[in-house]
Amino acid sequence: MSAPTNQHQAVEMERDAHDRGSSDHVHGGAAHGSRSSYVTGFVLSVILTAIPFGLVMSGVIGDKSVVAGICMVLAIVQIVVHMIYFLHMNRKSEAGWTLMSLIFTIIIVVIALTGSLWVMFHMNQNMMPPMNPASAAEMSDQM
Amino acid sequence: MTSTTNVPPGAQNAVTFYDTDPHEHPPGQSTMLGFWLYLMSDCLIFAMLFAAWGVFGGSYAGGPRPSELFELPLVAVNTAMLLFSSITYGFAMLAADEKKQGATLGWLAITGVFGLCFLGIELYEFSNLIAEGAGPWRSAFLSSFFTLVGTHGLHVTFGIIWLVTLMVQVSRKGLIDANMRRLQCLSLFWHFLDVIWIGVFTFVYLLGVLR
Amino acid sequence: MSDTLLKTIFGRLTLESFPIHEPIILGTFIAVMLGGVALVGAITYFKLWKWLWTEWFTSVDHKKVGIMYMVLGTVMLLRGFSDAIMMRAQQAMAFGANEGYLNAHHYDQVFTAHGVIMIFFVAMPFVTGIMNYVVPLQIGARDVSFPFLNNFSFWMTAAGAVIVMASLFVGEFARTGWLAMAPLSGLDYSPDVGVDYYVWALQIAGVGTLLSGVNLIATIVKMRAPGMTMFKMPIFTWSALVTNVLIVAAFPVLTAVLAMLSLDRYVGTHFFTNTGGGNPMMYVNMIWIWGHPEVYILILPLFGVFSEVTSTFSGKRLFGYTSMVYALLVICILAYLVWLHHFFTMGSGASVNSFFGITTMIISIPTGAKIFNWLFTMYKGRIRFELPMMWTVAFMLTFVVGGMTGVLLAVPPADFQLHNSLFLVAHFHNVIIGGVLFGAFAAINYWFPKAFGFKLDPWWGKVSFWSWVVGFWVAFMPLYVLGLMGVTRRLRHFDDPSLQIWFIIAAVGAAMIAVGIAAFLIQIYVSFRDRERLRDWTGDPWDGRSLEWATSSPPPAYNFAFTPVIHDLDAYYDMKSRNAERPLTGFRDIHMPKNTGTGVILAGLSIAFGLSMIWYMWWLSALSFAGILAVSIFHTFNYDRDFHIHADEVERTEEERTRILANAAAGA
Repeated sequence: MSAPTNQHQAVEMERDAHDRGSSDHVHGGAAHGSRSSYVTGFVLSVILTAIPFGLVMSGVIGDKSVVAGICMVLAIVQIVVHMIYFLHMNRKSEAGWTLMSLIFTIIIVVIALTGSLWVMFHMNQNMMPPMNPASAAEMSDQM
Repeated sequence: MTSTTNVPPGAQNAVTFYDTDPHEHPPGQSTMLGFWLYLMSDCLIFAMLFAAWGVFGGSYAGGPRPSELFELPLVAVNTAMLLFSSITYGFAMLAADEKKQGATLGWLAITGVFGLCFLGIELYEFSNLIAEGAGPWRSAFLSSFFTLVGTHGLHVTFGIIWLVTLMVQVSRKGLIDANMRRLQCLSLFWHFLDVIWIGVFTFVYLLGVLR
Repeated sequence: MSDTLLKTIFGRLTLESFPIHEPIILGTFIAVMLGGVALVGAITYFKLWKWLWTEWFTSVDHKKVGIMYMVLGTVMLLRGFSDAIMMRAQQAMAFGANEGYLNAHHYDQVFTAHGVIMIFFVAMPFVTGIMNYVVPLQIGARDVSFPFLNNFSFWMTAAGAVIVMASLFVGEFARTGWLAMAPLSGLDYSPDVGVDYYVWALQIAGVGTLLSGVNLIATIVKMRAPGMTMFKMPIFTWSALVTNVLIVAAFPVLTAVLAMLSLDRYVGTHFFTNTGGGNPMMYVNMIWIWGHPEVYILILPLFGVFSEVTSTFSGKRLFGYTSMVYALLVICILAYLVWLHHFFTMGSGASVNSFFGITTMIISIPTGAKIFNWLFTMYKGRIRFELPMMWTVAFMLTFVVGGMTGVLLAVPPADFQLHNSLFLVAHFHNVIIGGVLFGAFAAINYWFPKAFGFKLDPWWGKVSFWSWVVGFWVAFMPLYVLGLMGVTRRLRHFDDPSLQIWFIIAAVGAAMIAVGIAAFLIQIYVSFRDRERLRDWTGDPWDGRSLEWATSSPPPAYNFAFTPVIHDLDAYYDMKSRNAERPLTGFRDIHMPKNTGTGVILAGLSIAFGLSMIWYMWWLSALSFAGILAVSIFHTFNYDRDFHIHADEVERTEEERTRILANAAAGA
């Protein structure tokens, strides 16, 4: 028989805050897809892969930077597709910690990537100027 | 059960300081989060390899360039191998959720085969490049290419070893909770490798050829 | 034996790799051998091997693992400090005709080893050890999320330390400084084993650190006691959470950069070479993307310690808990936005330098907010100047000065004068010693009674304290002066005799610190010897406010017989003020993880792998790598990883505690 309900309820209420951390006891916290969602994800991924490959291999669009831009955008879209349909990314997983850690990681990745490219571009420009006879002569003049 | 909390007689809403009626923490409750966090760290290793590609990808040192080296049709086939392996792993997970051990093992085996095809094609590509004199020591561009793509390939290799190990463990012990957790972790790992590959084929191969 | 056969078996290891021609190293080797033999002999004589193996080495208990980290850090402190003394002695005497006693080849290894050991094998183990010990107790948990991984992480760190120590006696260490900048660390300029020792020691230890980071984040997120919402967590646990987030986000960068350096050295790639399209500046860029978060990894846990200590020894709730938490989170993000300030002078130009100079100045603000919060906590409190509080006050006075010189250096034009001068060296020692080391001593004195059941002897503690604090100031203030006068770091000889007096003063300071370290070791010995006098009977020797003080000292293996239920911040203080009583009946079997030797074995194989890669003994590399794979896979076939502590044993333990508490109350 249970103890006085007040006490029990109090514990249950306090436990609620803690339980929110572990959502899916049976499955250990992982969400899972369905046959149709996997197939949807697969089909979308095939399309999002075929287009960039097709564009680059066929050379149909002349402007290379446009093609590059399309490839990059579609890559990001496909990554999101993978996250949703294959990795079952959602706001509920692990009480939101999965999504939060992913967002944090993306922030750090963006900082490290853009930071490195920006820094190295400036470093190269200042410290490794292109060497041709004209600029070499110019630099020795400035010495 | 009893627990002593110092409460004046007649008080409502007794305050508990100790959980005397605990539900057992299910074992492995931290596993999925822990593995996800490890995957995030792996993401960062790849991020730095991508950064190296960004910085060195155009440093040909007078040697061969991507457009001269990369065979996009082969890369497309490879990409297909990995994508197929992703969906077959998905089917394996569905079978596991439905506790169908045979089907699970079958789909896992097919996933492994696709993975091996991927690795085989990649090794073929690497050995061809090296034979043409375009090994990782030729230029910074090739160093970063081999390292980024090679690290991904190494991860696929470890994934396959893990897959085989898990197949043995599932056939021995069945789809018990511990094995389900392991399958879910491998699932995250495997799909993540495909995510990284999206970055690879886009930024290394496609954009490389476009340069 | 033919030459090729020898080369195949021993790689590039030859008789010349042993320091038979170097008297100082030979002497050290003999001393260490004798000491080692004595230690092994003593353990054998007292029949302690089994106890060491079953109770400590194979233990997955976070408390034991935490203590082992502290022991590792202390031992390596002695090695790192010997390097420091050697440098101070050399720099105090080597003027003009006097070349000192260390040639450049040797001196360069000394300052490299000093930095590597102090950061990776003293500060990191201390910080990890403290977090490991305290966090599960503070959140009311029985252990960390992944106890086996915890044990494994410790042994990988120890393996890294073993590899560094091996470099002292077989071959030599890197001569590149603690960050091994390219192209100096590349094959062209460092073809010998030194940099390879460096790389493998750090890669192996790095595995341990990364996994530890994952472990502690999962623990804090998933294993908090019911009722402990994020904003009811103790502030030390918050600092541990942010620190481990930094670890998981930063260490992969180190792994990647060292891997690329290894590829340059082993395969001939062109990441950081001068030729083939390589760019050494990318090494500097990447290593500092790791390096700056690293220093926050070192200091944030100690900020957490200071918060706990200030609050406890002022008898007051921490002032501005919420702002303290936000300060931690802001520091976490900003830590990734300042890294270029370590190489303002490398030439990225005004716009880049300005950006990073500004972010560096901004990051000092949350730290400043923390200092104010500590002061406001002390204000109108009833302050007890026990050792942890003394160390905290010393930290406040010392660290702030170091922080200010940091903000000074954040100004690019100033940095152009002071980069790589002794001013820089003084700055970072100021913040690391004043912050990390003083904090470690505060933490040790604070939590030692919890871990061992008796306090540390206060008298020897005060000797150590005063020696360290005065010694630090005497040793490092001259370096600020020298730096402002233009003296460069890492020099072993000087021509300007007017500088010598400053170096002599610094050497005196180093000697005082040596006294401080000796006093610390004596303090530990005396405390063990006099433990009955120093006994902590109640488990709450300081009138603490967080949950670890609710357990006995030392806590039972299972930490809490019943998981506590949390209602407020400062959970234990809340329990005490509302007269909470421990349940005395209704105990249940407690589920615990089993000990395992797999961590030790994997670390041992990793040492073999690292050493074989260093010496080009490829057969051994292949074998040990296969061994690591095999043992890991074999380990996963073991599903039988736990056991239960029976309810009656729990009852007996708890009854013993009740009895002791009653005695303590009666006798007090």
